[in-house]
Amino acid sequence: MKRDDMVLTAVGVVILGILVYLAFDGPQKFFTLFAAGVALGAVYALVCLGFVVIYRATGIVNFAQVGMVVFGAFVTYNAVNTWGWNYWLSMLFAAAVLAVIGIGFERFALRRMTGKPVFSIILLTIGLYLLLQSLIGAIWTNAKDTIPNPWIGKTVSIGSVNVLQVDVVTMILGAVVLAAFFVLFRYTKVGLGMRATAIDQEAALAQGISVPAIVALSWAIAGVVAVIAGTMLGSNATPKVGLGLGIAAVALQALPAMVIGGLDSPVGAVVGGLIVGVSYEMAVGYQTQYIPSLGSNGFADVLPYLLMVLVLLIRPSGLFGAREVQRV
Amino acid sequence: MAGGVDRPILVVSDVEVVYADVILALRGVSLEVPEGAIVALLGANGAGKTTLLRAISGLMRVHGGEVRRGSVTFAGQDALRLGPVKTVRAGMAQVMEGRRIFAGLTVDENLRSGAFTRKDKKAVAADYERILELFPRLAERRKSAAGYLSGGEQQMVAIGRALMAAPKLLLLDEPSLGLAPRIVEQIRDIIVAINAGGTSVLLVEQNATMALSIARLGYVLENGAVVKQGTGAELLADADIQEFYLGTGEAGRASFRGLKEQYRAARTGSVS
Ligand SMILES: Nc1ncnc2c1ncn2[C@@H]1O[C@H](COP(=O)(O)OP(=O)(O)OP(=O)(O)O)[C@@H](O)[C@H]1O
Ligand SMILES: [Mg+2]
Repeated sequence: MKRDDMVLTAVGVVILGILVYLAFDGPQKFFTLFAAGVALGAVYALVCLGFVVIYRATGIVNFAQVGMVVFGAFVTYNAVNTWGWNYWLSMLFAAAVLAVIGIGFERFALRRMTGKPVFSIILLTIGLYLLLQSLIGAIWTNAKDTIPNPWIGKTVSIGSVNVLQVDVVTMILGAVVLAAFFVLFRYTKVGLGMRATAIDQEAALAQGISVPAIVALSWAIAGVVAVIAGTMLGSNATPKVGLGLGIAAVALQALPAMVIGGLDSPVGAVVGGLIVGVSYEMAVGYQTQYIPSLGSNGFADVLPYLLMVLVLLIRPSGLFGAREVQRV
Repeated sequence: MAGGVDRPILVVSDVEVVYADVILALRGVSLEVPEGAIVALLGANGAGKTTLLRAISGLMRVHGGEVRRGSVTFAGQDALRLGPVKTVRAGMAQVMEGRRIFAGLTVDENLRSGAFTRKDKKAVAADYERILELFPRLAERRKSAAGYLSGGEQQMVAIGRALMAAPKLLLLDEPSLGLAPRIVEQIRDIIVAINAGGTSVLLVEQNATMALSIARLGYVLENGAVVKQGTGAELLADADIQEFYLGTGEAGRASFRGLKEQYRAARTGSVS
């Protein structure tokens, strides 16, 4: 075992110990927070997956992903609220719209930047993020806080623990979508093409793998997962996540989740997402109880970044990031 | 060549390639690969061998290069217009310089990636079995990450991957590079076996002995131009080749530039 593995295992054991202590100390509160954390984590996992597929296919860190999440939520909102469409149909429609937007971004903006400095490319993705944000501001001037949905305010009881129905839907949907992605990625020909392209684009081309098609597909996937994440965030009626800036603020927390998991690992996206989601909710729930000196609530927003720095110090490529396969 | 017995599968005619708009890497290269033949392409470092393969297989643009002049005809099709994906589909596969296997994927996945353009699952499965028979070592290591294999095994993965495309023409870029003599022999035998199965081969090599011992025809590239061509036996017996490539002459490895002048002189001499 390498040194960083040992340190990470030690850190993991300590964190697990804290969680077990909290669980025994007050199971009801713990599991309520835990469920909310897993639901939030599923959302982060989806946002991160969007980052990861694009990074793998193109090497681009796409900051517009956050904008795609928010924009996707608004497209669903528009279909449900303004046009009165069915909730699921609206989400499907938004997924198609964002897939097209993603492919368009790549085709008409980012492809032209091939070979340009990384810094200019990052600036461009931030520019696209701002473009989406300003479009939202212009189109949806006075939107409600929530995407109307069948589960508003309802909870379901599992034992003595009350879980928001929206959170249950989020967990199930997240699990289904992530599982579908992994099947595609691991067990299909297209998935093989995606993995080969991530390793060596030219060698992939030499096998007849259409790299442009793989890149387009990656952007489309990023658009689809962005819509699901955004719609689930926008459907959650708790005040901390309204539409617009609320979603953007939450989606931005996916950045530390992505770095924790490793920029190029889909598994890392899921693990990083869950770590950040759960730790966020735990911090919200326990901070005033155990460390009141830190004020009323700000700590929860900082914790993901603290974890990120911790992971980076121990393993710079993230928990599941590529440590290249090489003979030693 | 009358009667079309030697109908070439690949015709490269007067190809000129420029990198980054200024670097002239090929200056009017012509070459033919007869159907069913092994053709060797020799030349020193930087002569333009890899560049020629890129022009043929459509990977020129990845490197910021451009075919300015000339034509490449593969199995009757204009290869310059096909692009890399359709070229593979049309039946051309290549083993790139430096092997370029997918290190993080398993041997099995590497091989399957070679069949990416093929639809016929049964034929692909049959080829897969055949290739594992050709490379028993790979059969044993099917589930390991290809990056952990030895250099020779990795070269076999690269060749096996190319064969999974069921190519009519196989391009090989220095398959013997960095391998021990015993492995080089093995690779040579494999190339002969592949060719015996009906696949035409264009073999780029710096190991001229190996290449010419199995090639029907050979070309020598120097500074982006063909300076010598002939049958494998002719080139093997050629004093200059012996001197510059086989290390049996006095001077050992040196430039071919002088030779090029000589070659020109000989040609113009024969015309007048
Ligand atoms: N991507 C590129 N951009 C600019 N110049 C290039 C590029 N690739 C190759 N060249 C130049 O083109 C010429 C031919 O290179 P090429 O790689 O084709 O040679 P080679 O015969 O394959 O050499 P080697 O035996 O070392 O592989 C060289 O002068 C090289 O510097
Ligand atoms: Mg070369």
